[in-house]
Amino acid sequence: MRKRSVVGRTESPAGTLQSGTGRPAAARVRDLTKVYGSGHAEVRALDGVSLDFHEGEFTAVMGPSGSGKSTLMHCCAALDVATSGSVVVGDTDLSGLKDKELTQLRRDHVGFVFQSFNLVPTLTAEENILLPVSIAGRKVDREWYSLVVETVGLGDRLRHRPNELSGGQQQRVAVARALASKPSIVFADEPTGNLDSRSGAEVLTLLQRSVREFGQTVVMVTHDPIAAGYTDRVLFLADGRVVDEMTAPTAERVLERMAALTVGSQPGKG
Amino acid sequence: MLKVTWRNLVARKLRLLLSAFAIILGVAFVAGTLVFTNAMGRAFDGVIVGSTADAQVAPKGAANFDSMQDVRTMPASLVTRLEALPEAGAVYPQNSLQTVFVIGRNGKVVGGNGPPGLAFNASGVRNLAGDPVLDLVSGELPDGPQEVALAVDTANKASYDVGDSVKLVTSGTPPSSTATLTGLVEFAGGGLNGATITVFDTEFMQEEFFGGKDVYTSISLSAAEGVSQEELAAAAQEVLPQGVEARTGDEVVETDQQTLDEILGFITTFLLVFAGVALVVGIFLIINTFSILVAQRSRELALLRALGASRGQVNRSVLLEALAVGLIGSVAGLGLGYLLALLLRYVFGRFGLDLGGADFPLTGTAVVASLVVGTVVTAVAGLLPARRASRVAPVAALRDDVALPEQTLRKRSVVGVALVVAGVASVFLGFERDGTLGLSLIGLGILLVLIGVSLTSALVGRPLIRLFGVAYRRLFGTVGSLATENSVRNPRRTAATASALMIGLALMSMMAIFGASASASTDAAIGKALTSQFVVSNVVQQPFSTDIAEQIRGLEGVSSVAALKQGFPEIDGRPAFVGAVEPDAITEAVALPLLRGSLDDLRPGTVAVDAATAGDDGIGIGSTVRMKFQAGTVPVRVVAIYSGGNALGLPYLVTPATLVEGGLAPLDSLVFVTKEPGADTGDVRAAINGVIEDLPTVTVKDPEGFAAEQQEQINQFLSFIYGLLALSVVIAALGVVNTLSLSVIERTREVGLLRAVGVSRRQLRTMIRLESVVVAIFGAVLGLVMGTAFGLAVVGALRDEGLTETAVPWGTLAIFVVAAAVIGVLAAVFPARRAARLDVLRAITAE
Repeated sequence: MRKRSVVGRTESPAGTLQSGTGRPAAARVRDLTKVYGSGHAEVRALDGVSLDFHEGEFTAVMGPSGSGKSTLMHCCAALDVATSGSVVVGDTDLSGLKDKELTQLRRDHVGFVFQSFNLVPTLTAEENILLPVSIAGRKVDREWYSLVVETVGLGDRLRHRPNELSGGQQQRVAVARALASKPSIVFADEPTGNLDSRSGAEVLTLLQRSVREFGQTVVMVTHDPIAAGYTDRVLFLADGRVVDEMTAPTAERVLERMAALTVGSQPGKG
Repeated sequence: MLKVTWRNLVARKLRLLLSAFAIILGVAFVAGTLVFTNAMGRAFDGVIVGSTADAQVAPKGAANFDSMQDVRTMPASLVTRLEALPEAGAVYPQNSLQTVFVIGRNGKVVGGNGPPGLAFNASGVRNLAGDPVLDLVSGELPDGPQEVALAVDTANKASYDVGDSVKLVTSGTPPSSTATLTGLVEFAGGGLNGATITVFDTEFMQEEFFGGKDVYTSISLSAAEGVSQEELAAAAQEVLPQGVEARTGDEVVETDQQTLDEILGFITTFLLVFAGVALVVGIFLIINTFSILVAQRSRELALLRALGASRGQVNRSVLLEALAVGLIGSVAGLGLGYLLALLLRYVFGRFGLDLGGADFPLTGTAVVASLVVGTVVTAVAGLLPARRASRVAPVAALRDDVALPEQTLRKRSVVGVALVVAGVASVFLGFERDGTLGLSLIGLGILLVLIGVSLTSALVGRPLIRLFGVAYRRLFGTVGSLATENSVRNPRRTAATASALMIGLALMSMMAIFGASASASTDAAIGKALTSQFVVSNVVQQPFSTDIAEQIRGLEGVSSVAALKQGFPEIDGRPAFVGAVEPDAITEAVALPLLRGSLDDLRPGTVAVDAATAGDDGIGIGSTVRMKFQAGTVPVRVVAIYSGGNALGLPYLVTPATLVEGGLAPLDSLVFVTKEPGADTGDVRAAINGVIEDLPTVTVKDPEGFAAEQQEQINQFLSFIYGLLALSVVIAALGVVNTLSLSVIERTREVGLLRAVGVSRRQLRTMIRLESVVVAIFGAVLGLVMGTAFGLAVVGALRDEGLTETAVPWGTLAIFVVAAAVIGVLAAVFPARRAARLDVLRAITAE
């Protein structure tokens, strides 16, 4: 049902984290560098990152503030352009793409869930969910839509506008929208950051189910160890580099690792 | 708090600049009007002062600034008597005419058809300052038959040099003549303001235009050494017969300036009305902008309140911001206004009022008026948003989404409906009253209705916008429905923006309907009443020599010729339009259905009146109408009442003798020619053309052509009005730009989100363009509906004045809607580009 990457796994450069499931990659990052400013004001948000996001896997990207995790996500999601290095989403190499092509890629191959303000306030929940599909002028796959809506559990609220929905409901609509266009990969940026723990758990479960039941690839940026505990694999970033990886994480183990990382990263800086 | 105000101004430069634009344009209109009319006043003032002598002797009412060509003259014996006065240093007998036109080398009338063609005898008259009024600068003054001098400006425009043969069209017999240019004179008053000046030898002028008699139209006197103006005038008055008056130079200047001020006052008021419309539209725009700015800042305002700022302080800080914008806008408006005055000079120049040589000083009045108007208007517009800002609750600072307290739409609509009702009442009252009061009431009523409608438009507009939604969804899919949703999400804002456009378009469509109805009425009247086959006329009805009618009468195939003369007396204190004809001739040319009395009884001392005019003034057969001409009041008895005259511009018909009694020169304005039944139309036309071929101002037309010529004048007037209203439409368009830009800024995150989920730049631009078009067409449709209602009401009210036909120019109205859509598209260019260029990442993460 889903498009599979036809690009085989090339030999990885040194330092690439290849461990994990051995599945093909939904997105591949090589030597990604992102520099803001220049001269003395130069900030290296990403400093030669190489990694793969595997298909059908729920990946968390963690790290302290300023570690580059948001920048990494933005570059992978075609929202931002890297200074050097390459990003391949599905079978499309992002480097050198124009705005128009990037927009199409986002529309057709990438799904988004932001921390807040995920929905267009003038559209109903249903219209929001179908927005990327209708913008593309494609026909709605009704069967798939029903399945998504059922999974998200919003049946009776579809005709409501965002301001008539709770924060948790709004995030679930956002997840439904991200899934509706059957993207190659869904990026979630702190999707539970603004939610109470119960609503947060609902959203995380939903994301987890989309991976388990639909084989969706999901990448989530978070600094919440509990949220990371829902994922299959955690990548730790510090100072613009991937410093560690953990499979089958639990909240406790992530917390431990984070603590170690925060302490450990301090002297190593520079 | 002052600091907060200042920081806000600086931080929102661009947004405020756009609202300042509304003020700039409105103030520019005010300043331009004042500068222009002031310059015009000074120019004519120069003419008045520069051409007035120490004392002036003339028949009462003649030789004033606004006097028409007068038939009354004074004999040479009077000159001799005045010369005998010891108080008189010099006596200058003068003759002047207003209908001597110079035909340039290109065969065209110099100065066009508007301004008078002045002619004087070479008299050496000196003005109050002792300078010669006609100052010879080259060649010699004319001294014999077929010789003329021209003003330098006139000769330049005609491309004549001294020694050339000059072609003239005059009111004499024959009307066309040539003369040798002997010299050039400079008019002491300076600029001629478009008029031309021809100087003749005194005797030759009397021979040509005054029946060869040694008579004069006025006599100017210079005082002897040590004699005051008053002494001179008093001494002169002693020797003058009844009806002739000696006035001091100062007196002449004063009365002439008063007349000038009245005329200028009319022009000023006329232009200021349009400036007022522009300012009202500007107020809409400013209220809207400040409301949006305050809404966007409500959390900040709440924070200020939470930190202890009083309501008054918040209120004042917003007001102060408005004042600053108003002041800056006014200063810029003043500068632009000056340029506008120059533009007005050009436009008026096209109509013959050439102020090319006049100074255009920036007067204190213009400066003060512009600054005060601009600042006060902005401050008033800022009141409402400021009051709303002050009502934000301090606790709102802690909330996520802050909404300012707003009146319900229902409440607004109730107020709106009340205003509409009051406005309609005022319009009706206005139609009942005459003159300025009536016009003011109508104007006020229209304003109230427009404001009332704009208040209700938020509710009224919903179905219309929904309709758009359906169409947009069909045509543009999701982008279309997003655009529609955007335009209804803030109904007040959309309504206010559309209303600003509505005002200009309402007035334009009102004028369009008025103009079309006037054209249709003239058409119908001419078609119905005109039985003659040809009309000979001057394009602007500048009167011409009676010799033309005389010559046509003698042509082969011509059965009858009816010459119509025109006069403009005051009747019951109101200016009126009076036609003068020989009664037996007019019945053959124009079919005026008689209701009472008989045109056979029309003779000197009697009048025939149009039924509608008669009805208005309570006139019946046997009543006396008192016509106040420049030479005095002429009472005439009503002998006939006819219908259908008003549409032809013939509310009153008298005989030429009445005009002469009123002092007016018996010149023809229109000549109706009826051919003999068997005569060939083409031949007769060719024969008439032969008579008038040397007269570029006079043409022959068939009734259709005559109707077309009348319509041309109506259309020209309409274009002028459209031009004046266009400014308020431009302001309204800026309003659309402003509102859209602010909305885009307000929706930055939403734009970012749309872009993130795959809306392309192009789709985004389309979305904003569509939103803009909705607002523009919404405004246009409202304006059209309003304007049509106003137009029909005005036409209905003026039915008695000759607007017998009601015509709605659908084509023009459709063009207005299309133009509004184009305005919508253009207004969206900047905001759409801005939205499309937003950096996706920054937009999503924007606060």
